[in-house]
Amino acid sequence: MEFIRNFPFFSILLPMVFGPISSCLSGKTAKKISFTILCIDCILSGAVLAYEQQTGGSFTYRMGNFPAPFGNEIRIGVLEAFMALFFCAVMLFSLFGGISHVAMDVPEEKTNLYFIMINLLLSSLLALIYTNDLFTAYVFVEINTISACGLIMIRGWGRNILAAVKYMIMSLLGSGLLLISISILYGITGHLLMENLHESVVQIMAEQTYVEPLTVAIGLFCVGIAIKSALFPFHSWLPDAYSYSTCSSSAILSGLVSKGYIFLLIKFFYRVIGTDIIHQSHVDNILFIFGIAGMIIGSISAIQQTDAGRMIAFSSVAQIGYIYMGFGLSTEAGMIASVFHILAHAASKSMLFVSATGLSEVSGGNTFYRALTGAGYRHPFAGIAFSVGSFSMVGIPLLAGFTSKVYFAEAAFTASRSKMIVTLIALAISTVLNAMYFLRQVITIYTPARGLPKPEGYHMAKSMCAALVLFIVINVLLGMCSHPIFLWIRDGLANFS
Amino acid sequence: MSRIRSDYEKTFGYRFRHFVEGDLPEKNEELTIEELYARCPKEEEEHVLTTADLPKDPFLHHDEEGQADFAAIKEQDPAEDARRFAEITGIRWFKKVYQFSAMILCICIITMLIITVTHMPIHGSSDTPTSNEVMDRYLEKGLKETGSPNLVTGMILQYRAFDTFGETNVLFISTCVVMLLLMAPKKEGHKEEKEDKKKIPEEKFEPEGDIILGTVARIAVPMILLFGLYILLNGHLSPGGGFSGGAIMGAGLILHCVAFGFSKTARFFNEHVYEVVKVGSLCLYAMIITYYLFTGANGIASVVPLGTVGNIISSGLILPINILVGLEVACTMYAFYAFFRKGGF
Repeated sequence: MEFIRNFPFFSILLPMVFGPISSCLSGKTAKKISFTILCIDCILSGAVLAYEQQTGGSFTYRMGNFPAPFGNEIRIGVLEAFMALFFCAVMLFSLFGGISHVAMDVPEEKTNLYFIMINLLLSSLLALIYTNDLFTAYVFVEINTISACGLIMIRGWGRNILAAVKYMIMSLLGSGLLLISISILYGITGHLLMENLHESVVQIMAEQTYVEPLTVAIGLFCVGIAIKSALFPFHSWLPDAYSYSTCSSSAILSGLVSKGYIFLLIKFFYRVIGTDIIHQSHVDNILFIFGIAGMIIGSISAIQQTDAGRMIAFSSVAQIGYIYMGFGLSTEAGMIASVFHILAHAASKSMLFVSATGLSEVSGGNTFYRALTGAGYRHPFAGIAFSVGSFSMVGIPLLAGFTSKVYFAEAAFTASRSKMIVTLIALAISTVLNAMYFLRQVITIYTPARGLPKPEGYHMAKSMCAALVLFIVINVLLGMCSHPIFLWIRDGLANFS
Repeated sequence: MSRIRSDYEKTFGYRFRHFVEGDLPEKNEELTIEELYARCPKEEEEHVLTTADLPKDPFLHHDEEGQADFAAIKEQDPAEDARRFAEITGIRWFKKVYQFSAMILCICIITMLIITVTHMPIHGSSDTPTSNEVMDRYLEKGLKETGSPNLVTGMILQYRAFDTFGETNVLFISTCVVMLLLMAPKKEGHKEEKEDKKKIPEEKFEPEGDIILGTVARIAVPMILLFGLYILLNGHLSPGGGFSGGAIMGAGLILHCVAFGFSKTARFFNEHVYEVVKVGSLCLYAMIITYYLFTGANGIASVVPLGTVGNIISSGLILPINILVGLEVACTMYAFYAFFRKGGF
């Protein structure tokens, strides 16, 4: 076996080994270790992606002495490798962009705890991407939930703790449903490994023996993931959690944590149940309806906000709705569009959170939208990044959000006629609503306010500027060079089944 | 022909323009930073809520105080009274509808799950889907391949070692989050003297000199710790293992602390020991598991022998992993108690 096949395993284990070690180090050392690990993980994932490009197909990696149905294994394909690289990069930039705020918001004696959360979150996200076993997925969902909760409440204000409590209750409900679903699946198939599960599920559908438990299991799994990734009726925890935590946390939470769960759901659809059976069970129609509702209602809620952070947070509800709408189209093109939107949203929303923090820094720490008047002149980098992020979310050509909207619109034509009409109308309405609240904010930050000088002695944090430039580059790359990524996603999804 | 409207301020167009422009200052208006911020809503100051801050709902508090509040509301002007009454009634209705619909939802879910269970294969019979080749291999070859007569331990620590490592990390990270939430800030210098007056003395946390508790604990604590250790070390031979043994040892430590006071426990288990044991055991575990998974995946023969089945030192890596997991669990249990007690060691 080539040595490079060990890389995904290293990238999962490295943060898990160094997380506990950071707990007895000082905050500064822990920070350095975290950044080093993130960079190493980026390089490892990049190497795996290059290797996958050369060889094509996918391979499985045995965890331990025993082969798959008896032991654990992870599976690495081109889509997984690309996702891992992208997640590592977005996490690195989000953390780098907000690092000056971490020093401000987190008490000094708790800084190393913050980086433990970051490390374990990284390893759990990678494990969720690579896993080939439903129970391994569940274990890492737990780690993901608890570390995300830590990231929310690290600031220690009353509001943060309230937001963390809300998040914890909703998220644990989701975990519970997920666990019940996995147990039911195990009970009726006797397997946890995805390939074997898929074989048994096909057999169940052929023999019609345990169809009712299977349907319930599919439903519970979808609802569990929907709660954890804040699909429309379950989004009540989201605005507080995203808008009150420190800016790296909110960038990571909105960009990556919910996306990790969604990626698990894609694996569940393709590798465990199979798209045909999902289509027969009509779960996709339900996801479609709630996705559409989320797109509209999330945007309307965002319009009602007067706080820039909460506005961006509510916009996430709408964007998650887009992703589920793509699932609901139940065609291959719809799924590709959804995966692309995961990337586009992660890149844009993380940038928006970081740049909004930069803008509020030069406005006396105020996040009220009118207080940001003229902030684009006072913090040029954040102003440009915020505009680029907003344009991307609205869907201005050459940016990531535009490309994903084009893919959604193209995918709509492959679906049934009624779904096509609803999708196109919803896309149009949602785009107009997005434009209303995002452009309002962009106009506000570029309205000259002559009486407003920069706060005295203020220097733009260089790390934030660098991170924002990198985010802009990712966004433009996703928007302009989308074809190779499209091919990776298509091949990866074809490899799944 | 368009009509000239005198109430342009009330039209949708005006409000929409106003909304998009964000109630901006007029073009020629020079704003200072103070003026702009004066127009923004103030950040509420963080303050600790007490019971006095909570609004009293006269419909929920049927005591005299609540009635007095209600009377006070009635004495206010009638419009305010009506508005308040409507609000309270609305909240009451909302609560009722909310509770009712939550109940209906719960009943629906319970019914659905019960129906599902009736369709599931019968638990324990031999022809269920769960008794397949995976279970057969565990039962037939488990002893030979893992060297552990306790097949459950063999399964979680050898066959599915990666999952168990993840599970131990869940324990570790949950202590970290509790620490984040409850860790009392360390005080320094002259501040300490002022704080000391407010501080609750150590003895208040535990019952002082309770004879019954002390006598029982004197007998029970060594036995509990010893039993925990036995379960820990025999995890690969008899029912038990790291998780259960560690939980028992943690319970023993908590009982010791409750019975004899925190300072007595701190003689042998203080913050320093806790840090070393917690971090050390998890790091060692991580290294062992990395070694195990790496050699297993690459087909390199492990240098750890399985030993004779039934001996206390046998079954390869299971024994050290069990000990490390046990230490981690015991630390987690005791740390939860210590943090909830007064926010630290």
